[in-house]
Amino acid sequence: MNQTDERVRRAVEAVWRIEAPRLIAGLARVLGDIGLAEDLAQDALVAALEQWPDEGVPRNPGAWLMTVGKRRAVDLIRRDQTYARKLELVGRTLDSDEPGPEPKAEAIEDDLLRLVFTACHPVLAPQARVALTLRLLGGLSTADIARAYLVAEATIAQRIVRAKRLLAQKRVPFEVPTGAQLAERLSSVLEVVYLIFNEGYSATAGDDWMRPALCEDALRLARVLSGLMPAEPEVHGLTALLEIQASRVAARATAQGSVVLLADQDRGRWNQLLIRRGFSALAKADAAAKARGEPPGPYALQAAIAASHARALTARDTDWNTIAGLYDALIVLLPTPVVALNRAVAVAQARGPAAGLALVDEVAADDALKDYHLLPAVRADLLSRLGRYDEARAELERAAPLARNRAERSLLVDRAAALPR
Amino acid sequence: MRYMSLIKIDPAGVPESGPSEELMTEMGKLIEEMTKAGVLLDTAGLAPLEQSTRVQLSGGKLTVVDGPFTEAKEFVGGYALMQCRSKEEAVEWAKRFLIIHGDQWEIATEIRAVEEPS
Repeated sequence: MNQTDERVRRAVEAVWRIEAPRLIAGLARVLGDIGLAEDLAQDALVAALEQWPDEGVPRNPGAWLMTVGKRRAVDLIRRDQTYARKLELVGRTLDSDEPGPEPKAEAIEDDLLRLVFTACHPVLAPQARVALTLRLLGGLSTADIARAYLVAEATIAQRIVRAKRLLAQKRVPFEVPTGAQLAERLSSVLEVVYLIFNEGYSATAGDDWMRPALCEDALRLARVLSGLMPAEPEVHGLTALLEIQASRVAARATAQGSVVLLADQDRGRWNQLLIRRGFSALAKADAAAKARGEPPGPYALQAAIAASHARALTARDTDWNTIAGLYDALIVLLPTPVVALNRAVAVAQARGPAAGLALVDEVAADDALKDYHLLPAVRADLLSRLGRYDEARAELERAAPLARNRAERSLLVDRAAALPR
Repeated sequence: MRYMSLIKIDPAGVPESGPSEELMTEMGKLIEEMTKAGVLLDTAGLAPLEQSTRVQLSGGKLTVVDGPFTEAKEFVGGYALMQCRSKEEAVEWAKRFLIIHGDQWEIATEIRAVEEPS
């Protein structure tokens, strides 16, 4: 491949990243099947890779891809009797080579929403939802996803193929859920985006502590969801949470890649633009909740906690009373051991280490976190603040082998070594 | 990755009547689209060059000069800070921004990757 071809190929990929979600969503509405829609969108991409190097990238590449995709859809419908009935539906605008009228922005957004809810359908395992969402909504190639998750490309490709097959087998309709179903299905969507972010923010595999590109992909998806569902408070809550957490990426690791805890971070390295975007998303979450007469949901509460940290100019300025109060509300909505542990940390800051330790011991009484390195790590911190250094050291020695990556592990070992004998 | 798009305008290539209503509408639509795509972090147009001030350090000596700078062959008219997966994606968005200006404008954007801490 010569240099010009390579440049065009990369330009085509960029167009794909921008246009793929709308293209796949539009075709899926016509075909009622996201697997077929993606195949046809791929065909359109291949056509672009063949034609654009000679003819140049068209002025409206999205419309070009959609025209090719729809033409392939018509061919498919003609060949396949099961799709014959749908021919009438799409045939009128597709028989001519002229692109049809530009679809209305609202119609495109409705299709995108259908794609969101289908890709994140609960019949799929979380891993499959993640891969499908990054592929169909994030416009990532299987190679990109494989690189981000440090697995073989074939693994991701297979995961996506199986997910699409399962959606077809289970006859999952290409639609947005309504009524009581919506809330449940929405939380499945938000969970997928949060999982992607967390994998980037605190890598569970490999030697790197963070994979910022994955955080950016998740943040971008969250912003897309905010645009598609402006009346949903928790969508803005999630976006706010991710914007603020992403604002700390530069401060969370040293140049050598070791972990820097929140209290020790150089706050001058926090990205103020992302913090402001987070505040603005949080305000939207609050306004949307008020409009419905609802209290803040779990993402909005977590975002409010993150926002409290972001407002503190130094770690000593942190308003721990407010944060402990937000955790008191969060533990009711999200009674998980991890939230209970974080609440214990906040309570220890607001009301003293002994009060915090009592809550940590409640968490420890349950086996749920027995392999979670942060439980002994937090206990160690509180014990050392109470002057119980030997117990603290024992806890850190327990925590180190449980850590998920090398950077976290070495932080724990260093802390144990630094305790007074 | 973040990319800064610096929008550079040739003063001789600006329509006398300024930006048309149609351009402003199209620009609004594009900004909304880029925001909803999660790409656009921040964007703004800058006040006219006549109101600008140049602060310069040369040979250790500071000088402050107020505009206008009639010798300027081009000036920065605005900026857009984007979050994209690749430079090519930033270039594609920049093309979409330029094309809506039609054939009356002499305008370019310089796409610069923001140095990210690694």
